[in-house]
Amino acid sequence: MIDFTYTVWIVLIPLIIFVLVGFFGNKFKPLVSGVIGTSGLFVSMALSYYTAYQYFFVLPKAGDVFAKVIGYNTVWLKLTDKLHIDLGVLLDPISVMMLIVITTVSFMVHLYSIGYMHGEKGYMRFFSFLSLFSFSMLGLVVATNIFQMYIFWELVGVSSFLLIGFYYEKDSAVAASKKAFIVTRFADLGFLVGILILSFTTGTFDFITLTDPNGPAMLQGSGIMFLGLSTMTWSMIFIFMGGAGKSAMFPLHIWLPDAMEGPTPVSALIHAATMVVAGVYLVARLFPIFHFSAPVALDVVMYVGAFSSIFAAIIACTQFDIKRVLAYSTMSQIGLMMFALGVSGYGEEQGLGFMASMFHLFTHAFFKALLFLGAGAIIHAVHSNVMNEMGGLRKHLPITHLTFLIACLSIAGIPPLAGFFSKDEILAAGHEKSMILFILGLTISGLTAFYMFRLYFSIFWGKEQHYHHTPHEAPKVMTIPLMLLALGAIFAGFLPFASFVTSDGKPFATHIEPFVAIPAVLVGVIGALLAMVFYKKETNIPERISASLGGFYHAAFRKFYIDEVYLFITKKIIFNYVSQPIAWFDRHIVDGSMNGISYVTNGVSTKIKGFQSGQLQQYAWVFITGAVALTLAFIYLWTN
Amino acid sequence: MDILTSFIIIPVLTIIGILFCKDAKQVKWVSAIGMTLQLLNAAMLIILFLLERKSGNMAVMLFVKDVIWYPSLNIHYYVGVDGISVAMIGLTSIVIFAGIFASWEVTDLPKEFFITLILLSSGVFGFFISLDLFTLFLFYEIAVIPMYLLIGIWGSGPREYSAMKLTLMLMGGSALILVGLLGLYFNSAPGGGQLTFNILEIAKVHIPVETQKFFFPFLFIGFGVLGALFPFHTWSPDGHASAPTAVSMLHAGVLMKLGGYGCFRVAVFLLPEAAHELAWIFIILTTIGVIYGAFGAIWQKDLKYINAYSSVSHCALVLFAILMFNQTAMTGAILQMISHGIMTALFFALIGMIYGRTHTRYINEMGGLMKVMPFLAVCYVIGGLASLGLPGFSGFVAEMTIFVGAFKNADVFHRVATIIAVSSIVVTAVYILRVVGVLLFGKIKNEQFEHLTDAKWHEKLSTGILIFGITAIGLAPLWLSELINGSLGPIIQRLLVSSPIH
Repeated sequence: MIDFTYTVWIVLIPLIIFVLVGFFGNKFKPLVSGVIGTSGLFVSMALSYYTAYQYFFVLPKAGDVFAKVIGYNTVWLKLTDKLHIDLGVLLDPISVMMLIVITTVSFMVHLYSIGYMHGEKGYMRFFSFLSLFSFSMLGLVVATNIFQMYIFWELVGVSSFLLIGFYYEKDSAVAASKKAFIVTRFADLGFLVGILILSFTTGTFDFITLTDPNGPAMLQGSGIMFLGLSTMTWSMIFIFMGGAGKSAMFPLHIWLPDAMEGPTPVSALIHAATMVVAGVYLVARLFPIFHFSAPVALDVVMYVGAFSSIFAAIIACTQFDIKRVLAYSTMSQIGLMMFALGVSGYGEEQGLGFMASMFHLFTHAFFKALLFLGAGAIIHAVHSNVMNEMGGLRKHLPITHLTFLIACLSIAGIPPLAGFFSKDEILAAGHEKSMILFILGLTISGLTAFYMFRLYFSIFWGKEQHYHHTPHEAPKVMTIPLMLLALGAIFAGFLPFASFVTSDGKPFATHIEPFVAIPAVLVGVIGALLAMVFYKKETNIPERISASLGGFYHAAFRKFYIDEVYLFITKKIIFNYVSQPIAWFDRHIVDGSMNGISYVTNGVSTKIKGFQSGQLQQYAWVFITGAVALTLAFIYLWTN
Repeated sequence: MDILTSFIIIPVLTIIGILFCKDAKQVKWVSAIGMTLQLLNAAMLIILFLLERKSGNMAVMLFVKDVIWYPSLNIHYYVGVDGISVAMIGLTSIVIFAGIFASWEVTDLPKEFFITLILLSSGVFGFFISLDLFTLFLFYEIAVIPMYLLIGIWGSGPREYSAMKLTLMLMGGSALILVGLLGLYFNSAPGGGQLTFNILEIAKVHIPVETQKFFFPFLFIGFGVLGALFPFHTWSPDGHASAPTAVSMLHAGVLMKLGGYGCFRVAVFLLPEAAHELAWIFIILTTIGVIYGAFGAIWQKDLKYINAYSSVSHCALVLFAILMFNQTAMTGAILQMISHGIMTALFFALIGMIYGRTHTRYINEMGGLMKVMPFLAVCYVIGGLASLGLPGFSGFVAEMTIFVGAFKNADVFHRVATIIAVSSIVVTAVYILRVVGVLLFGKIKNEQFEHLTDAKWHEKLSTGILIFGITAIGLAPLWLSELINGSLGPIIQRLLVSSPIH
């Protein structure tokens, strides 16, 4: 047996850096905090790679299955005799893969930020929050139990809040951070209720016990029914609500586009590669329960994923802010991952969808982080987010241009780049389920290629704009991460992913099916070519098409009015019709009745105080009247 | 001298010391030294308690001291502590310590102010160590009455109205408690013999269920008034808004806990059958309180009102958890009392410090304070995050323990109540982030605020110790929850025996 206790340092190093930079960062020069943060993440990354090597290649398998290893575990809080919250490190194929993804992207983003954030006020604050986020995200993926996951789930939420609101003097950033936190908190309410139901029925928080195909969660089966669904189904639906919130699935996606108010490296790390896929990871983590005990909930995952994916892809085609296009693209790609999980079965080839989902999560992290960091370099150069104010940048930003193109090709699914392989597996999994789902997948692929190349051509080709200063390429510290990530976006697809990450831990072989791959590549190429015709040179085709689509285009441009619906519910209903009346009720009715009691008391005492006037005549009169009345009363009583 | 009595003697000696002081500076330092000693004393008590338990002393109450005080009515000075009282004493000593440093700049009659404040704290300490109902009630009154003076003399705004309202409502509560206590006393020896006020003795007696049901509401509502039980909470917003900083801290931080502690130690422990039968009424009221307080807070514009309504919500959760009648939920209730106590003291301290600089408490008149007073602003954000139950702070530990405990009751009524209570975590996030966003972030609205200064040393000390408290509990909760959990046995035992299922 290999001792994996050291893996706890992968998580703890970023925490130590957070404390160090957060409390003592202002003692030294800004650059120092950047360097400390980056080198700390480098150590974490190196340890993660070492762990992956040890886990996948050195550790003997149990049979032909990758074992689940508890690297470290300690009791944090005992709730009942059976239920206790532990903190620890669980290593299995998906958590080890996530360690690689998170530490790699986080390291790249740290490195890039040294250049990007140069000269910003709050440089050290930025790096301390970035480390806090890395710590929370790593703690989330290595969670040994669902409550640990919830703890770190909340912590990534707050890191995201702090980083979106990084420019705290900007009202839009403050509003966006608030929105992100509250929407995800609302989703987390579902997560928490789900955990409560799950732990109540199974008597454990522990992942290994929960996901054991012969464990208590499976034995529950369809035990107790409520509103036509079993308890396990309800708990999984509630838990998925949490996942849908974090992963920006419809209708809880509204925070993600606004979250782009944060600094761009943050968008790359949190809102593209790591935190937003936490929902996918959550479903994958509990996949055996979904599959064996809550198939209805798994269908919900599939429908929500598929709908979100196509919904976001349509909106992405109409947006002009480059970061928002990328945000909707992220939502669309995560929808695909959810969709793949939803169609998946359990065990070896049956679990193709599971494998495809994790594979896409892996490759997506590279090319989407690359796209965001590239967008950051562009914004850095032209000081604008809006693609109408860009054009012809390929000459000014050669490295950014090339790496951005690679990422676009990869996400569009052009072979032999990484995106092709993972998307192909998702489409194959959809194809196994039904033809309609396959066509849906193809449509999403086509739209993806279209909006990505729309972005690409509008930025780098099209008409040259008059810029205030000539745009210039970013410094090396920013372009090196771009080039490294580009390598990932090219080569990550060649990994024999199914040999490592599968639904039941048993490796299997995958192959490219021509009847899936050929249409997939074709729609990608068509989408890209259409975008080229529309946007490479300045034409009026886009205007004509959008005009011909009329109301539909307008609705998509306004993001199908989901924000307006939310605003109506929160501002109009909750604020005006719930909160304000409660405040009024409290002041006037509840407090009014308390004050009323005192008025009555006061009034009575005013009446009574007349008796103690100090006037002897009055006293004598009362005394005599009383005495006479009493005497008469007694006489009356006795004589009867 | 035994260690428990020293908790009353130290404040008394401090008060005597203050009487001999010549100027404000001496008064402050004497108070600070006295309360520092009290804090160390509390730390020592916790250590001694843990050592005693470790060495195998499993008596229900430790460090017991029994002196007959008034023989003809069998009133004793009878003190002793279990893990719960020890934890509450720890809370009180931290809050009063922070309160002294938060009132460092009181210039108006400082001598009288600190004397009254410390007198109040001595009442609280006495309350938590008492095991005799009469002594307990006596200390309760000592803790409540100085409040009238503190708000009436050193308060702000409509202070006489608020002071009168608060005192009258709390006195109303006391009257109910007194009736309940006398009810217990006269039923403490059903088979004839010596009547007693001794809590542990009464707990051995079986009081007829009808009698229990008659007296339970007196005790639960009486203590509930102080614990901000809906709809008897309205003294809280007005009272806090007018009270000086340290008084708000002590009041919301500690005094409101007397209510929860009383409900738990007296009403539920001594009248368990009535508690079972009548719990549903109070579960409804507390569930309303949890969500009502949170929604009420969304609309408020005055910082102190926001925090007062937030306290209504958080304290309702304490009573809610007590009424769940199981070990997990009750542990959560005590944790929530401690957590909310420190947290709300932190908030009131910060509000006082901000008000001292800006001279307004209306959030709409402020904005962008992060830029001018980063230390206080960061503390406020930390307090806010703790209040909305972020992991790593004490609020999360308490709330999760409560929710898991409450979820153990599997019937529909408890489930619905629990889920409503759980949903308060979202509403809390709404009002906290609203305040943080408007008050601290954005641009500075009032140019005069640009030259304000950040925290001074005593303010840093005051907020620092409170933040240390919430994070220490939040990061390593196990010892505290075990300390509390280990002392719940007798109460749970009694509740189980009297449960209608048996």
